[in-house]
Amino acid sequence: MNKLLQLSAASLLAVTGLSANADTLSDVQAKGSLSCGVSTGLVGFSSADSAGNWKGLDVDVCRAVAAATLGDANKVKFVPLTAKERFTALQSGEIDMLSRNTTWTLTRDASLGLNFAGVNYYDGQGFMVKKSLGVTNAKDLDGATFCLQAGTTTELNLADYFRSNGMSYNSSLSDTSAQSKNGFETGRCDALTSDQSQLYALRTTLKDPSSAIVLDGVISKEPLGPVVRQGDDKWFNIVKWSLNAMVTAEELGVNSHNVHSKFKNPEVARLLGQSGKLNDYLGLDKKWGFNIVSQVGNYGQSFERNIGKSTPLNISRGQNELWSKGGLLYSPPFR
Amino acid sequence: MSKFKSIFSFLYNNEVRAFLFQLLTLLAIVYFFYAAVDNMFANIESRGIQTGFGFLEAESGFDIAEYLIDYSSTSSNLTVFYVGLINTIVVSVVGIVLASVIGLIIGIARLSNNWLIAKLAGGYIELFRNIPILLQILFWYNIALASFPHPKRSFEFFDSIFVNLRGIYMPKPIAEEGFVWIVIALIVGFVLKVLVKRHFNKKHDETGVETNTLAYSLALIIGLPAVVYLALGSPLHFDYPMLKGFNFKGGMSLSPEFLSLAFALSIYTATYIAEAIRSGIESVTKGQKEAAAAMGLTQKQSLKLVVLPQALRVAIPPIINQYLNLTKNSSLAAAIGYSELVSTFAGTVLNQVGQAVEIILMTMAVYLTISLVISLILNIVNHKMSIKGR
Repeated sequence: MNKLLQLSAASLLAVTGLSANADTLSDVQAKGSLSCGVSTGLVGFSSADSAGNWKGLDVDVCRAVAAATLGDANKVKFVPLTAKERFTALQSGEIDMLSRNTTWTLTRDASLGLNFAGVNYYDGQGFMVKKSLGVTNAKDLDGATFCLQAGTTTELNLADYFRSNGMSYNSSLSDTSAQSKNGFETGRCDALTSDQSQLYALRTTLKDPSSAIVLDGVISKEPLGPVVRQGDDKWFNIVKWSLNAMVTAEELGVNSHNVHSKFKNPEVARLLGQSGKLNDYLGLDKKWGFNIVSQVGNYGQSFERNIGKSTPLNISRGQNELWSKGGLLYSPPFR
Repeated sequence: MSKFKSIFSFLYNNEVRAFLFQLLTLLAIVYFFYAAVDNMFANIESRGIQTGFGFLEAESGFDIAEYLIDYSSTSSNLTVFYVGLINTIVVSVVGIVLASVIGLIIGIARLSNNWLIAKLAGGYIELFRNIPILLQILFWYNIALASFPHPKRSFEFFDSIFVNLRGIYMPKPIAEEGFVWIVIALIVGFVLKVLVKRHFNKKHDETGVETNTLAYSLALIIGLPAVVYLALGSPLHFDYPMLKGFNFKGGMSLSPEFLSLAFALSIYTATYIAEAIRSGIESVTKGQKEAAAAMGLTQKQSLKLVVLPQALRVAIPPIINQYLNLTKNSSLAAAIGYSELVSTFAGTVLNQVGQAVEIILMTMAVYLTISLVISLILNIVNHKMSIKGR
C-alpha cells in the first residue's frame, strides 16, 4: 500500500516535471524536437512571421542547438513566454532551453538553479521618448512616468539609476512589451525603458516610428544569453558550444555559402567535424558544427539577417562585433 | 475459537469498520501530501534552487507605483508583500461597496413597473454578466487610456481637480491643530441625529404624525461641524496638485489602473448582486406586499419596511459568494499592472528571487484568509438577519 502510494506520488511529480537528474540530450533526441522558450514577440530577436515561422537572433540559437543535436534546424518547438513565466518554465522542465533576451546576473545564475550558456547579445538599458518632448539625455527625465515590463532587470536598474542620481519617477508596469508600447503610444508614460535592442525593435512597430527617438547612452550592462537548467552539464556544454560554434565560424570566415568548400585551416576542420573528435566529447554527431553553419549560418550572418543594417531595426554591430574587430564577442578555441 | 470470533465480530461491526476505513483514507491522504511535498523539496534542493523564507528580508530593489505604507526600493521583500496586500484589500473594499450599491439599485430597478427602467436594468445585467471579467478590465483600461488627455491638456474642475491619463489628481486635505474638534463635532452630530430620529419615531408611534427629519439631520451632521470649523478658524488646508515638468506633483491621485480595475470589478459583480437581490425580492410572497398596501403604507415604505428586510434574508448568502469572487478576481489586476499582491509579490518578487513555491504558498494563504474572514463576518450578519424562532 505504502509502496504503491509512494510510486503514485513520485510518478505524479515526475509528470509535472519535477524529476531530478534528467538527461536533456536523450530526452530531446527521443522526442525528435527541441522545446525552446522564446519571447511572446520581439521583432529581430524572436517573433513569428505571418506564416508562423519564428525568426530572430534568439531563435537562431535555438535552431543552432537543434541543428547540432538533431541534425535539423527546423526541429524546434518554440514556446512563447512572458518575462515572468520564463524561469519557472525552464525550472519545471517544460522547455529544454531558454533563449529569450534574458540578462545574465549573479542572482539568476546562482539562486534559480539555472546556468547561463554564454552571451549572444551585449545590451544595455536605454530610454525611448517622443521627439516632441525635446529630451536628449536620461538626466532630463526627472519626474517622468516610465512604461516598463514587469519582472525584468529593467525595474531594478531604473530604481538604482534614479536613486543614485537623486531623481524621482513614476512607473506603469505591463506584462508584455506590446502592452508597454501601447502605454507609450497613448501617452500613459513619457518614456519607454528597456534593453536598447528592444527599444529599436519596438520603435519599428510604432504607428509613426519617426515620432520617437532612442536616447544615446545606457544605464546598465545587459548581457543576454541562452539559459539551461543546472545539473545537466552535458546539455550545458552542448548549448554553450553551439553558440560558440556560430561565433567561431564568423571568426574563421566560414558561412552557410562557403561551408561546402575545402578549408586549409585545421581549426575549421575541427569545427566542421572533418578532423578530430570534438563531437565525441559533446556526445554529438560528427557533423554537428557543419549542420549549424550550413543550416543557421555564422553569428554575423544571423545578426545581419535579423537585426542588422539591412533590416528595419538597423542596429550596428557595436559591442557585438568580434573581439578581433574591437567588439566583445570572443569564443574559446575549438581544440 | 471464541476469541477469534469476537475479533472478527469486532471487525465486522459496521461502526468500527466505517471508522477504520475513514482513518485509513485520512492517513493515506496525509501521507500522499507528505510524500509529494517532501519529494518536491528534495528535487528543488538537488537542482540548486534556493529554498526557505530568507528572501523576505532581502532588499527588494524595485519601485512600486502605488503604496499606502512607507516604501522605497530599499525596503524588504516583506514590505512589498504588505504593500501588495494593502492594495488588494483597498481595491476589494472599494469594489465591494460600489458593487453593493449598484447591485441594489439595478436589482430593484429590474422589478420596476416602469417598462423602460426594467428593460434597461435587464439589458445591463445580461451584457456585463456574460463577458469575461478579464476582458472587461482590459476594455475599461484601454478606454481610459484612449479617452483621457495628456497631463498638459488635463480636464480641469475648479482649478483643483485634474483628470488625465496618468490618473485623477485631487487636493490632499492636511489637518492642522484643532482639527480633532471637528471630528468630535461630527460624531456628536451623528449621535444627536439618531436621538432626534428616535424621538420623532416615538411621536409617530404614539400620534401617527409623520415628521420629515431631513432638515434636522442636515443641520446636525453638516451644520454643526461647519460651525465648529469656522469658529476654530479653518484648521485644515489643502495640498493642491500642480503641473511640474512631466507630471502633476502634490495632492493625491488615483491611477487609471486602479480606477479601471475598481470600475470593472464593481459593474461586473453588481450584475450578480442585482440578480441575488431580485431573487430575494421575488421570494417575498405577494400577500406581504398586499398586506402592506392594505395597511396604508406607501410603495416606498412597503419596500423599505416589509419587502427588503425579508428579501435580504434570502439574498445575503449568494451576495457573500459574490464578495468572495470580487476579492479573488482583483488578482486579475496583474494584466494591467495595478500594484496588488499578485502583480507585485507573486510577480516581480517571484521573478527576482525565483522561489515560486514559497511565494505562491504565501499568496494563496492570503486569499484563503481574506475569503474566510469575509465569509465569517457575513455569516454572523446572516445569522442576525435570519428568522428568529417565535
